Amino acid sequence: MDIGIFRGVITATLFLLFIGIWAWSWSRKRRDDFQRAANVPLEDDSKPPSHEPNKEQSQ
Amino acid sequence: MDSQSSYNDKVVRQFAIMTVVWGVVGMLVGLIIAAQLIWPALNFDLPYLSYGRLRPLHTNAVIFAFGGSALFATAYYVVQRTCHVRLAFDRLAAFTFWGWQLVIVLAAITLPLGITQSKEYAELEWPIDLLIAVVWVGYAIVFLGTIAKRRVKHIYVANWFYAAFIITVAVLHIFNNLVIPVSLTKSYPIYSGIVDGMMQWWYGHNAVGFFLTAGFLGMMYYYVPKQAGRPVYSYRLSVVHFWALIAIYMWAGPHHLHYTSLPNWAQSIGMVFSLILLAPSWGGMINGIMTLSGAWHKLRTDPILKFMIVSLSFYGMSTFEGPMMSIKTVNALSHYTDWTIGHVHSGALGWVAMMTIGAMYNMIPRLFNKESMYSTKLIDVHFWTSTIGVVLYAVSMWISGITQGLMWRALNDDGTLTYSFIESLKFTYPYYGIRLLGGLVFFSGMLVMVYNVWKTVAATKPQPVPVIQPA
Repeated sequence: MDIGIFRGVITATLFLLFIGIWAWSWSRKRRDDFQRAANVPLEDDSKPPSHEPNKEQSQ
Repeated sequence: MDSQSSYNDKVVRQFAIMTVVWGVVGMLVGLIIAAQLIWPALNFDLPYLSYGRLRPLHTNAVIFAFGGSALFATAYYVVQRTCHVRLAFDRLAAFTFWGWQLVIVLAAITLPLGITQSKEYAELEWPIDLLIAVVWVGYAIVFLGTIAKRRVKHIYVANWFYAAFIITVAVLHIFNNLVIPVSLTKSYPIYSGIVDGMMQWWYGHNAVGFFLTAGFLGMMYYYVPKQAGRPVYSYRLSVVHFWALIAIYMWAGPHHLHYTSLPNWAQSIGMVFSLILLAPSWGGMINGIMTLSGAWHKLRTDPILKFMIVSLSFYGMSTFEGPMMSIKTVNALSHYTDWTIGHVHSGALGWVAMMTIGAMYNMIPRLFNKESMYSTKLIDVHFWTSTIGVVLYAVSMWISGITQGLMWRALNDDGTLTYSFIESLKFTYPYYGIRLLGGLVFFSGMLVMVYNVWKTVAATKPQPVPVIQPA
């Protein structure tokens, strides 16, 4: 295969991959999973008890 | 408590304390060389204290000792919390701590002795490089091993960033340091000429992209939501900008070699990829800053959050400045001037150091079973010294650098140079003074941090923290 065509195919493939990642992460099916994932830093509570009343306290 | 039911926080504590220690040491060396540029006599005519030997000591200390320790500490802390499992391989984790400290001590001995490979950010000679490679593989095994035994299905985005940073730095380090040793302290690279240059800046720019960016974005994606008490603003944006960032950074290195013997098309590729990088970089910045939406009021009272938000602002600014400087015509003006130094420090002090400091203030009390740092007031003092210090630094280097560039390229009608080099040097003197002042102000904040950390952790006996059950 001509090197120019080869490079073109690679560029097109990577571009499609990027679109694919975009579509995957914006798909409705991911919504709940991502919602949970976005809260991951907050679920661990080895934090020192916060002085703000709206946060749950660690034991 | 059974050892598997608690977190391995000992190694995290060790790395966290050394982050503060090496931060002070590395920045102190920076102050010394900044002063040497104003008063050259400060090298006392000793080769060990000459600028050319201390400058790599400064960069290695702040990037690999300070930044590196911070990345080890936070990666080990975050991966345990987000995978709901104790760190894998306790002994190997301990080895990575002592091995990394040994690397730093060896760097502090060999660099002033003039033992160097003369590759920027890869100065350390081959025996130390081998030790780094072993420690780094240990780091990868501990980190990825912990992910492998996680008790939740999803791998949190911070861990993706940390993993990309660890794996890529291993590859960069090994390939850029392929050398033929001729003695214990001397080696020659297997690459020659422009190929060596290209390898070096493939390494050098990805050291920025993965060590100083991807790793610290991992830090950002845990500690900013944690400190703000808010979920990540857009998790799907984090996925897209992660893949875009790591795919694009890899090709940006040639912008360090504009107008050299590197083929022109390769320079252009470096420039184009650097310009594209703006998008995924700002994806991270926007995601971090917007995580505060609904919690903006906390900025009034929480200096730790202020550190993080100002850090993200500097990240946004320097990732705009970087692509701009990679444009060939801009680079023709900026390259080899102090503008580059200013750019690097708005990234290194503004983004990397301030995010690290914020993460340490968040994590250190938790590691030592304290409610909070000894003094919130002192964190605020530290915040202002840091911010004022970076601004003084960056602004003085902009003025100095842009003027240098303009003076160097100025031509008379007959084609001769308008200014001699010494005239541009004379112009920079006052700005070197302001830069030193900025560095001093930033450094004074680090001393405040040392005191605050000391008062927080001294005389405490840390208790093991139980692993939290997955939700």
